[in-house]
Amino acid sequence: MILSPFFRVALTMIGIIVVNIASAQSENMVMVKGGTYIPLYGVDSTAVTVDAFTMDVYPVTNKEYLKFVQEHPEWKKSKVKRLFADGNYLVNWESDEFFGDQLADDAAITNVSWFAAKKYCECQGKRLPTVDEWEYAAMADKSNPDARKKESYNQLILDWYEAPKTFNNSIGSTFKNYWGIYDLHGLVWEWTMDFNSVLISGESRKDVDKDSNLFCGSAAVGASDLMNYAAFMRYAFRGSLKANYAIRNLGFRCVQTKGPNNKNLTY
Amino acid sequence: MNTQLTKKIFLSIMMAAGIGTLILSCAKKEKIVYESTADIPANREMIAELTSPPNVPTPVGKRKAKLLKVDMEILEQEGEMTNGVRYVYWTFGGTVPGSFIRTRVGDEVEFHLKNHPENKLPHNIDLHAVTGPGGGAESSFVAPGHEKVFSFKTLNPGLYVYHCATAPVGMHIANGMYGLILVEPEGGLPLVDKEYYIMQGDFYTKGANGERGLQPFDMQKAVDEKADYVVFNGKMGALTGDNAITANVGETVRLFVGNGGPNLVSSFHVIGEIFDKVHVEGGDMINENVQTTLIPAGGAAIVEFKVDVPGTFILVDHSIFRAFNKGALGMLKVGGEKNMTIYSGELEDGIYQPEGGGIQKMPSTNSVAESEIPAKSMEEKMKFGKAAYMQTCFACHQGEGQGIANAFPPLAKSDYLNADVNRAIDIILHGKTGEITVNGQKYNSVMTAQTLSDEEVANVLTYVYNSWGNSKKDVTPTMVKSVRNR
Repeated sequence: MILSPFFRVALTMIGIIVVNIASAQSENMVMVKGGTYIPLYGVDSTAVTVDAFTMDVYPVTNKEYLKFVQEHPEWKKSKVKRLFADGNYLVNWESDEFFGDQLADDAAITNVSWFAAKKYCECQGKRLPTVDEWEYAAMADKSNPDARKKESYNQLILDWYEAPKTFNNSIGSTFKNYWGIYDLHGLVWEWTMDFNSVLISGESRKDVDKDSNLFCGSAAVGASDLMNYAAFMRYAFRGSLKANYAIRNLGFRCVQTKGPNNKNLTY
Repeated sequence: MNTQLTKKIFLSIMMAAGIGTLILSCAKKEKIVYESTADIPANREMIAELTSPPNVPTPVGKRKAKLLKVDMEILEQEGEMTNGVRYVYWTFGGTVPGSFIRTRVGDEVEFHLKNHPENKLPHNIDLHAVTGPGGGAESSFVAPGHEKVFSFKTLNPGLYVYHCATAPVGMHIANGMYGLILVEPEGGLPLVDKEYYIMQGDFYTKGANGERGLQPFDMQKAVDEKADYVVFNGKMGALTGDNAITANVGETVRLFVGNGGPNLVSSFHVIGEIFDKVHVEGGDMINENVQTTLIPAGGAAIVEFKVDVPGTFILVDHSIFRAFNKGALGMLKVGGEKNMTIYSGELEDGIYQPEGGGIQKMPSTNSVAESEIPAKSMEEKMKFGKAAYMQTCFACHQGEGQGIANAFPPLAKSDYLNADVNRAIDIILHGKTGEITVNGQKYNSVMTAQTLSDEEVANVLTYVYNSWGNSKKDVTPTMVKSVRNR
């Protein structure tokens, strides 16, 4: 039986669309169930609701990013606009299409700007996670969705701050958390969509009286609450960034939600 | 007559006025006095000389105020707290304390703060010499791989602390992010023969003092202010042995002493010296003839003294357990001729025997914790033994086992030591009081019983027996155990 040419084209197109959606949704992403959590600065009134989302199991790798710049040459090392990425963008890459022998294929891509990370996710039909989504997923250890009160969990994070050159370790080399996600702690920092919505100025001692929900709970930055310190450094790090910065220890991963955005998204 | 007199008076007034004007104009030419130090102009550019502790840059002398460019790089790097104990320090310029900055009043400092790309964290700097919000912290918050530039004018002379003020502030300071900046008055501080840079800091590690391996920072201990190490210049032994600071008899020594904290206040004292002058809290007020000066966390003092007699002078935090048990100990070695009038040394050794005596004992729980990692090889035994020696024995028996004449017997080439190994073990376990003869010299003092595990005693004795020309015995934990149980 011979199909009409029109019918054949239509079938092919449907096929392509189906394949695209399938690969974007399921490949190396896992579901994080929505819920309510109290961020590090927390008092009960500051609880944040996070809707369900799917998140990349691993950070984006050098190899994956190489494919991206090949498909989108405007993001090549030599072509990128300075407005979107500073002089450290892909600084360790030997050339536009070769990251060299010093960097591992399956290590997290770093030295990328927020603009670049955001674009990458968009091109995959995804987006960057919000601070709340990232923190919500990252407060899990191997067996608990919220392990922030556990000493071992906090020590693990603090230990990473002191471990040199982790950016070139392979993805998946840290632990798989409750949701099935790897490497949220222990490899690299990660970009978030609204990284600079947190009002941390350079003068951190002053921030306690900033009129923002992060620091109005400043009483919670109490002596006994060690979990604040591990997270505090993450917030301080985000506070030091600008969107065109490209940093050695800073990579990213993407998320997806049903709608284009979560309702909490604040950008 | 009248007119003549008037003329005379008039003339003399004129002359006086004239001379007066002359004097005034001369004075004006020599020196312009500014109403405020903020008005001092700074013209030529100059790159600031930065030095690592214990050194300080060249004095400013008579130089004019300048546009002073300071280049400071932040490095997060692993270092050694004491033998076998590693720690990740966060540093200004690669050292703890950070590089010494020397300016004069009226300088306009252009500060370049660079955060090394491999660093994990953002940092900033708060200089107590800055007049402005955050002491510069606000303008210098810098992400890894970036450089921030800000400038300030030095308005007040004095010795000031600088430190990192990024959240969590306490942790950044506890990891070593502090240093000193000196603002000299116009014309500079009076010149002296020797100048040194010393800064105290307290450290908090997961493991107890002496526990080997890479030790992470312990936030809980820091919050509780229970320091494992209190040290000068970032580590134990930074100012002892070969690293001791030096001077010669007759020289005047000036120490720029700071205290980074984060928690503890220092009672700075030099054993066997009296500070002729102390710039109290690093400011203008000078106190004279001071034994111990208090240096607050986040504060500093300038102390000066002339060294009159030779010998080794021990620098301590006179909260004395910090000195002998936690590391707050440094040395100033003075060479030159003795002066018997000022200090005679020992003149006579008589016998004095009150009742009692007995052996002093360190307080201990009944169970002695076994050292966690037993030595696997002779090499390791020597290494661990040396670490234990430097912690426990060094203060009295000294770095090369030479002891201190008339007070503490030598362990180097010691006939007493080599004659009887079980006696040596026994002395470590149970202490020793009373007269002994070592290498022909009589000693009559007290050694306390040491709280060490069998493993540790074996290591330290093996180290001693295999060093400094001793009989190369290998002491095993079993030997120690048998002495302990007898």
